[in-house]
Amino acid sequence: MRPSFKAVRRGGLEMSDPLNVLTKKTPRQFDQAGSPRSVGWTRAHRVRLADEKNPLPLDCGKTIAPVDVEYEIYGKLNRARDNAILICHALSGDAHAAGWSADAGRLGRPWLKNRPGWWDVMIGPGKAFDTDKYCVICSNILGSCYGTTGPSSIDPETGRPYGLRFPVVTVGDWVRLQERLISHLGIDRLLAVAGGSLGGQQALEWALAYPDRVESAIIIASAARLSDQGLAFNVVARNAIMTDPNFKDGDYYGGPTPGRGLEVARMLGHITYLSETSMENKFGRRFCNGEGPGFHLGVDFEVEGYLRHQGKAFVERFDANSYLYITRAMDYYDASAWGEGDLDKACRRIESRLLLVSFSSDWLYSPAHTKELALALGRARKRVSYANIESSYGHDAFLLEVEKLSHLVRCFLGEGVAE
Amino acid sequence: MNRNGGHRFDHEFIYEIVPGGASVLDLGCGDGELLARLIEDKKVQGLGIEKDIDQVAKAISRRVPVLHTDLDLGLAGFPDNFFDFVILEKTLQVVNKPLLVLEEMLRVGGVGVISFPNFSHWNVVASLILTGRMPVTPALPYHWYDTPNIHLFTVKDFLDWARTNNVAVEQGLAWVNGKVVPLNEEEDIFAEEVLFVISRNS
Repeated sequence: MRPSFKAVRRGGLEMSDPLNVLTKKTPRQFDQAGSPRSVGWTRAHRVRLADEKNPLPLDCGKTIAPVDVEYEIYGKLNRARDNAILICHALSGDAHAAGWSADAGRLGRPWLKNRPGWWDVMIGPGKAFDTDKYCVICSNILGSCYGTTGPSSIDPETGRPYGLRFPVVTVGDWVRLQERLISHLGIDRLLAVAGGSLGGQQALEWALAYPDRVESAIIIASAARLSDQGLAFNVVARNAIMTDPNFKDGDYYGGPTPGRGLEVARMLGHITYLSETSMENKFGRRFCNGEGPGFHLGVDFEVEGYLRHQGKAFVERFDANSYLYITRAMDYYDASAWGEGDLDKACRRIESRLLLVSFSSDWLYSPAHTKELALALGRARKRVSYANIESSYGHDAFLLEVEKLSHLVRCFLGEGVAE
Repeated sequence: MNRNGGHRFDHEFIYEIVPGGASVLDLGCGDGELLARLIEDKKVQGLGIEKDIDQVAKAISRRVPVLHTDLDLGLAGFPDNFFDFVILEKTLQVVNKPLLVLEEMLRVGGVGVISFPNFSHWNVVASLILTGRMPVTPALPYHWYDTPNIHLFTVKDFLDWARTNNVAVEQGLAWVNGKVVPLNEEEDIFAEEVLFVISRNS
């Protein structure tokens, strides 16, 4: 029997507007800049942390200079300088972690006007990372396109953007650069380093690289290393970018960018951030026109519209070369390198208290992988706690399971920081 | 996990016998109260295992290291004899795989401390016989439909398991009429709750 479609057949390859999928369902409430729960208007700072005299050594064996770093600070450093918490961002994040950017125009990043910082739900007065108590710092990673030196920055040797001449950077390099920032800010010891996903790997790297300078580490939706499945997705994402006809070996600055490739890479990324259940809850095989198949090859399912929109929006705001370098750093990260390949041995270096959190439906950094790290830390007799939050949101849960995550973070950080 | 009953004679006893600086694994550690005291007062190297995330959060707020996982999955990941003491306070009767938990307990720890409500207590047995209904007592305060206790056993059942599995019972204590007394196997019907210190016969 022929399935009965309620749909009215539309002519040709007509595409539904993918945006109506999103505008229809964005119930999320933001704390406005004037809200007592918001850090308010924020400004990005920029500082040069490496120059010709003092270049930054990199894991690949090269050095790089100059290096500028963009960062933001919320809350105040106390007199003892012991209430600083460093927040590490994930793959496509930036230093703008909380509040509303007063700099969107100056920085040439109009999208910052539409929403607060990427972890605004966690950072602010009375929130998990309470800016009434803590001095919260977030810096942008090396290789990014958001104010910290990256492939789109000018290579002093050629006077042109680095492109693929930019050295391959690692999570270790990022943390080494963050250490320079922390020292520059006059902070000897961080009360905590926290991050989700790739940010969680930076938090772990901090505890490994600077054991005496990290009181505690909060590692969320992360693990000692990315799985082979994760590596595979990154390979495909990079291939999409590098095979784009506009890619031109990374020398596309000033001309058309490899937008289609980057768009596909981001679509792929978004699939790994959601779970089967969250996709079903969000889209449920629904059609954009709400009726049935449109009998065309354009955007027809809501999930298609969602991915297309996410991909397109990303192209507007991210540099394709940065995506290549950052995913590579994500691939290479392996905490066991601190123990010559033995994770238990690596963990013995750590002095910090640790909180590890995973989410039940996360398949990019699965609970099993997070637990594996927790057990290695346990075998190294470290003060580690691990919790797995029941969630249908997949990897994105570290941005969405605010209530449960906030509760755990508060419990872990505890009370009592000197004025 | 279940930590029923108002009195905590097992808590107090364990607190007394664990030496300073020992490594202690608490299976079903609940809100981490015991470990918190051991860590703070006795500089014990403590780790809890707990499957209820709200309890995990409470333990974390007490600065007790705790892993949110299910004992029924075993303790794979921990080497043999890794801990000096493994505690199983009123938890054995709530797990799905009690034998696996006991085996794992003795594998990862030198000494095991285990406490449980005694199902052969006269009040329990009498209540079952006289009323024909599942007993509700201070040590077993639940109804049949809401009890977390899914494997009920008696002192004799436990000691049978120990004998047939080459497990040495170093010490046995009973909670009788509000007092802690040495356990007498022949008078097990007076024991409302019991505690055993066990180890693997070498």
